[in-house]
Amino acid sequence: MAMSAEQGGRLAHLLSQHTDRLTDRWIEIVAGSLRGRLSRAELARQVQELRRAATEAGQQGLQDLADEHGGELRAVLAEISTSRARQGFSATETAISVFALKDALLELMEQEQDAGTLRDFVAYSALIDQMGLFTFETFVRARESLIADQAEQLLELSTPVVKLWEGVVAVPLVGTLDSARAQVVMERLLQTLVDTGSPYAIIDITGVPAVDTQVAQHILKTVVAARLMGADCIISGIRPQIAQTIVALGIEFGDIATKASLADALRHVLRLTGVETASRRVRREA
Amino acid sequence: MERVPILKIGDILLVSIQVDMSDQTAIQLQEDLAERIVATGCHGVIIDITALDIVDSFVGRMLSTIASISKVLDAETVVVGMRPAVAITLVELGLSLNGIRTALNVERGMELIAASRADDGDVALGDDEDTETTATP
Repeated sequence: MAMSAEQGGRLAHLLSQHTDRLTDRWIEIVAGSLRGRLSRAELARQVQELRRAATEAGQQGLQDLADEHGGELRAVLAEISTSRARQGFSATETAISVFALKDALLELMEQEQDAGTLRDFVAYSALIDQMGLFTFETFVRARESLIADQAEQLLELSTPVVKLWEGVVAVPLVGTLDSARAQVVMERLLQTLVDTGSPYAIIDITGVPAVDTQVAQHILKTVVAARLMGADCIISGIRPQIAQTIVALGIEFGDIATKASLADALRHVLRLTGVETASRRVRREA
Repeated sequence: MERVPILKIGDILLVSIQVDMSDQTAIQLQEDLAERIVATGCHGVIIDITALDIVDSFVGRMLSTIASISKVLDAETVVVGMRPAVAITLVELGLSLNGIRTALNVERGMELIAASRADDGDVALGDDEDTETTATP
């Protein structure tokens, strides 16, 4: 049942008349549900702000949370909900903070004993329900954006390109390689080749849990693209099970050099570039 | 019509493509390059495509043709400075630059040509010795 403009006015009157008693009761109920995870001062600030916004909205004749007078109230709700979402509170706990107003209001109105009290309360209750639902929606949106941010950060974090030697860069791949990540890895690697002028790149797949045809396809594409640019790629870190899978799936790496470990790959590249390693020198002297 | 300049650096001809290639420009470049290789006796051609945002099948074919022409005239062709985005696009399109050697930048390209000339030089020297020994008796 929608609230009429007069009821909005009466709500504002009620909220502003018994400010202290109302907020104290409200804070008490909410503090009980949050079990001390939010400081009382912070909670009091949020409740005060919410009460102020609701009072103003009521004075302006708010009938529905979605209409123009509800802008300020919606903003306050969204702010509280978003901050709660980031602090790790649950959606229920956030919604209860709003629903607690109902209990606080009921206690006030029981003492008033007016003829229209019940009708008014039902209308206020409907508004508070809307407010609660709104916090719920904002909460979910805040969490979703949080997850999207984290996914992006993960993408950035998990694909470093490191310089191993003069003219040799390596990409230690960790985690599952899907199309989006493969694209990021490929672009990052090729850009690093250009920036550093390195003619050799080692793609280390020790941290890739499984290699299927799709992953192999991504790696092959990267190698071919690097070759087009004039750099050579070596694939290293192929674990025994992975080697078996590769053969079982019939994946052909062609003339691309593959090595069991990163050390082998680096030694291979150094030999190609003509750098002498200690063990080889010793062997040659002997 | 735009013409692509051909610069001579030591034993190498450097072609830096800075304009969009049209049929006319490409044919002109092939003719100019062939003439310059013969006139200067250079043994290496470096084609710099750093400035190219797009390499399509047309440009790819032009590069292949230039490489073939140079090979006939005993000059090695190296394409340098391909951008990552260009390389990715070529791979996604499944285009490959057959018979073309590539290097990351002009400097690496010159090293590559110098190295392959050195290898060829050794072989040529060996051949000469062979012919001398067979010629003496």
